[in-house]
Amino acid sequence: MRLTVNGNAVDIDADPDMPLLWALRDLAGIMGPKFGCGIAACGACTVLVDGMPTRSCSIPVGYVDGAVTTIEGLADGNTLDAVQQAWIDEQVPQCGYCQSGQIMSAYALLEENPEPADDDIDQAMAGNLCRCGTYPRIRAAIKRAAAVKSRAGA
Amino acid sequence: MSRLGTITRRGFLIAAAAIAGGVAVGYYYVRAPYPNPLEDDLDSGEATFNPYVKITADNAVTVIAPRAEMGQGVSTTLAALVAEELGVGLDDISVEHGPASYAYYNSAMLAEGGPFPLFDEGMIAQTMRGAMGAAGKVLGLQATGGSSSVRDGFERMRRAGAAARHMLTAAAANALGVSANELTIRGKSILHEVSGRSVTFGAVAAAAAEIDPPSQITLKEPGEWRLLGKPQPRVDMAAKVTGAPIFGIDVHLPEMLYGTVRMSPRFGARPIETDLSRAEAMPGVVAIVPIDTTYGHGFGVIAENTWAAFQAAAAIEVEWGPADYPADDAAIEAAFKQALASGAGDILRDDGDVDAAFADAPAERVIEADYAVPFLAHACMEPMNATARLSGGVLELWSPNQVPTLTRQLCADLAGVEIESVNVHTTHLGGGFGRRGEMGFSMYATLLARHADGRPVKVTWTREEDVAHDVYRPAARGRFRARLGEDGLPVALDMRIASPSIMASVLKRTFPSISPVGPDKSIVEGSFDQPYSIADYRVGAVETPLGIPVGFWRSVGNSYNGFFHECFLDEIATAAKLDPLAMRRTLMGEHPAALKVLDRLAEISNWSAPVPAGRAKGMAFTLSFGSWVAEAVEIAETGQGIRIDKVWIVADVGRALDPAIIEAQLVSGAVFGLSSAMNQEITFADGMTEQSNFHDFDAMRINQCPQFEIAILENYHRMGGVGEIATPPAVPALANAVFALTGKRVRRLPLSNAVEFV
Repeated sequence: MRLTVNGNAVDIDADPDMPLLWALRDLAGIMGPKFGCGIAACGACTVLVDGMPTRSCSIPVGYVDGAVTTIEGLADGNTLDAVQQAWIDEQVPQCGYCQSGQIMSAYALLEENPEPADDDIDQAMAGNLCRCGTYPRIRAAIKRAAAVKSRAGA
Repeated sequence: MSRLGTITRRGFLIAAAAIAGGVAVGYYYVRAPYPNPLEDDLDSGEATFNPYVKITADNAVTVIAPRAEMGQGVSTTLAALVAEELGVGLDDISVEHGPASYAYYNSAMLAEGGPFPLFDEGMIAQTMRGAMGAAGKVLGLQATGGSSSVRDGFERMRRAGAAARHMLTAAAANALGVSANELTIRGKSILHEVSGRSVTFGAVAAAAAEIDPPSQITLKEPGEWRLLGKPQPRVDMAAKVTGAPIFGIDVHLPEMLYGTVRMSPRFGARPIETDLSRAEAMPGVVAIVPIDTTYGHGFGVIAENTWAAFQAAAAIEVEWGPADYPADDAAIEAAFKQALASGAGDILRDDGDVDAAFADAPAERVIEADYAVPFLAHACMEPMNATARLSGGVLELWSPNQVPTLTRQLCADLAGVEIESVNVHTTHLGGGFGRRGEMGFSMYATLLARHADGRPVKVTWTREEDVAHDVYRPAARGRFRARLGEDGLPVALDMRIASPSIMASVLKRTFPSISPVGPDKSIVEGSFDQPYSIADYRVGAVETPLGIPVGFWRSVGNSYNGFFHECFLDEIATAAKLDPLAMRRTLMGEHPAALKVLDRLAEISNWSAPVPAGRAKGMAFTLSFGSWVAEAVEIAETGQGIRIDKVWIVADVGRALDPAIIEAQLVSGAVFGLSSAMNQEITFADGMTEQSNFHDFDAMRINQCPQFEIAILENYHRMGGVGEIATPPAVPALANAVFALTGKRVRRLPLSNAVEFV
């Protein structure tokens, strides 16, 4: 079957029941989305499907009919997306394992809501678990990215 | 100190073991350096100066930071130790974990392993620290744990950087025909300012590596530091915001197979009846092999992808043997009850005469309470995994682990090769918290690799396997009593704490032929070693074997002793109508570092100001891993439940080498503790763990995360640890706030069994 991942056509030979996560990781070699729980409870596997944040561990690859964006698809060449840059500027990651999913959820939030209030951030990000407790810096980074994006768009 | 005379004789057996392992084999061995492992694997034109520095001819400088990077920022700070003295910036170098090697022994981790509080600097305590630290070296224990990495590397890695600088400068002086003291380091070059001539490190590296390292090294004074003491951009950030494949689970090799395990959910039990036929017939399955190790019994599945392996593992039909240990919570409770009634246990602190103090105590001046904490899982975000390839008599192992030399040793045994034929590649760790100081996941990958015809096998556990086969933070029970004096302050404190021994559990699954020696101080650490002066003060550890695997969980025994000790002190303060912070101030009057921590906490949390209705504050203090930490927590009743609004943390770490990383670790440690206090517990039924995934073993989410305010102090004269120190006081500070808000004294964790959180 053929997927569109980060703008590229990717042909894979997968059982249609295989979760998108494993098709990406094991068959397409795209390692950014992480395996955390397998039941859509931690958000480490978050990708965008047609712009919608999606837990790739819990959607069968055969059901995917939109364009998939993973963390590898956010940067423009060597230029990081504003969300990624804000993550560096705020020195967010600790172990880093959940951060692909955090960044994808934050990116989707800002696409939907360019000026999120604290409650909006909490609501959009509550599905992304971080065992290192990087949440205060995630909040700061989302606000920083929102400000940067709003300046760039103005 | 007089206390030393009353430490139990068994306590000294720990020292005896350390000395037998270390000092007794001779001064020479303790002094002699290990060979530099980098010499075995240099690229053409590359030179190495010591186990921490290598430089290529084209001027690429690599610094080895040989401790597991599991989020604590250790790769950045360790690299900064070398870079500071080498004279380069962090963006001039690349940082690698490096190979498994005895040269990367950790002596600081063991040095505080004796039964002495941090503030005991008497001769015996100091001698023990030296002996235990030497044992760490002789054992060649390369390990990340005990919040010890930076303390361990502080001298050694700065010296490595300074030695390399000296050798490079000497070689440059030869090359330029000038005196070394006319040279300065600029970027990765050595400049002769007078003539304007310079050479790169790379140009002189090969010659420099032939020069003898200096016998005398003068390190920079802290006032001369350019990197240390200041926040540095972490070296792992770019990889971690781009989804780079840096974790064990991301290993991707040619011809790689994928696997998983299905282990007996009853610990140590074997399969009784098995039918593999359905699983073996599933598409993509390559082989299903039995696993029999000290870590457990079960099956490994080798398949063409991880999903196929998961499906096949679930399809194995198997009946497991029975539990030969207390199989459910009721049986565990009964075992604890019996243990607490069995006697005082190993006494790790025995000031004054506690029995006499209670013999004539008037009943109205005595407070008694029983406390309880559950087992806990680590629940690292990255499930356990490892990748192994056994080919041509060489075992290649890619493992996100905290113990490379032990991993090498045990996996060599399983693979039937010598340790020289094992290469351990330690990847980044998606969380560690002590869970990855184990060898089981590496051993399983090694076993599966024996059935893979020389192909690599990446073995990934499901989250369900990860939760069901953790090495849990032990459950514990405490029975406490205090006698209050006329002024309300405690004059006698008697603490009896029952818990399984972590050391006994670790040895059983790693070196089963070795018996643990002496009491396991982790049972009472955080209670016996606190800097309170109370005339009659006794803390006993009652080892309670339960058969359930237990291990090191962020802050280890401090994680529950902080809760025990500091909530019971809060009860004393309440009974005596004393302010809990002021009471602690009085009890810690002998320790200026503690007083400064408390005073700063009172200041930043505005402790003495009245709190509006519907809100409350609690506080606690724990000295652990060499650092003095007080925390205050403010909570609010929202109508739907309690919300944690704000947390203040004051930590005296002696010397703060990277304030931004330390701040992150303090928040991290507190979130880890608060998560456990709010709603985490592992329970057992029919010998099996009842929880399975994040839906029933969750942790704090962003919408529950409080605001933090942090103060880092540097008053104490020895450097303390960082990674674990904020966890212990967070738990009692929250429980004490819950009491202040609700009047409910919750003595059994998690708090969610008694109150609701939003």
